[in-house]
Amino acid sequence: MTHIQVLFFGITTDIVGENSTSLTVESNTSIKILKSKLIQKYPSLKNLNEFAIAVNEEYAENDLILKDNDVVAVIPPVSGG
Amino acid sequence: MSNKTSIFITTNKLDLQSCYDFVQGSACGGISVFVGTVRNSTNSKEVKFLDFSGYEPMAIKEMKKIADRAIEEFDIHKIAIHHALGKLNIGEIPVIITVSSAHRKAAFEACQFAIDTLKETVPIWKKEYFSDGEVWVNAHP
Repeated sequence: MTHIQVLFFGITTDIVGENSTSLTVESNTSIKILKSKLIQKYPSLKNLNEFAIAVNEEYAENDLILKDNDVVAVIPPVSGG
Repeated sequence: MSNKTSIFITTNKLDLQSCYDFVQGSACGGISVFVGTVRNSTNSKEVKFLDFSGYEPMAIKEMKKIADRAIEEFDIHKIAIHHALGKLNIGEIPVIITVSSAHRKAAFEACQFAIDTLKETVPIWKKEYFSDGEVWVNAHP
């Protein structure tokens, strides 16, 4: 099993109701699978335009495999500037 | 390249003069400046104020990537990208970008590249507050 920390930002903090959570996923879980698990857990994420995932402060592609202690961030559409 | 780039995130007021001073130099023929300001309406609805939040360590990294790319891809001397977080009222300044170059074209282009890319990649979010509610910008289709 792989233990990760998940951080929420922007609208996702409102959807989820917290800023972060700990999650245990199966070994060799990809970002793509993690995204579908997050949507299962928090169905309102589906209403978003889209959301990206960052792992350890870098944007992650769908095929990246999560490792133990990764810090995962849920990045809804950004709107800085 | 860090002596050519100034990246900064603060919950205090941004300082235009320090962004200008960072890029200014005797080899420069010009400095382009972009100042983002809080507009008083969205789709003709009156905005009361904005609240900016960010994933700060990652936002700093992404802003640095933009500055480094600007230095690589345009013929510029220096670039500063500063962003404010927290509550900002109408007319206040969430972002300042300054770019210096020998010739103006590169400074204009790099400045536009930097603000356009910032709006796509840097993990910062704004919430608009209206008299009858609040909206996370760009969040919904």
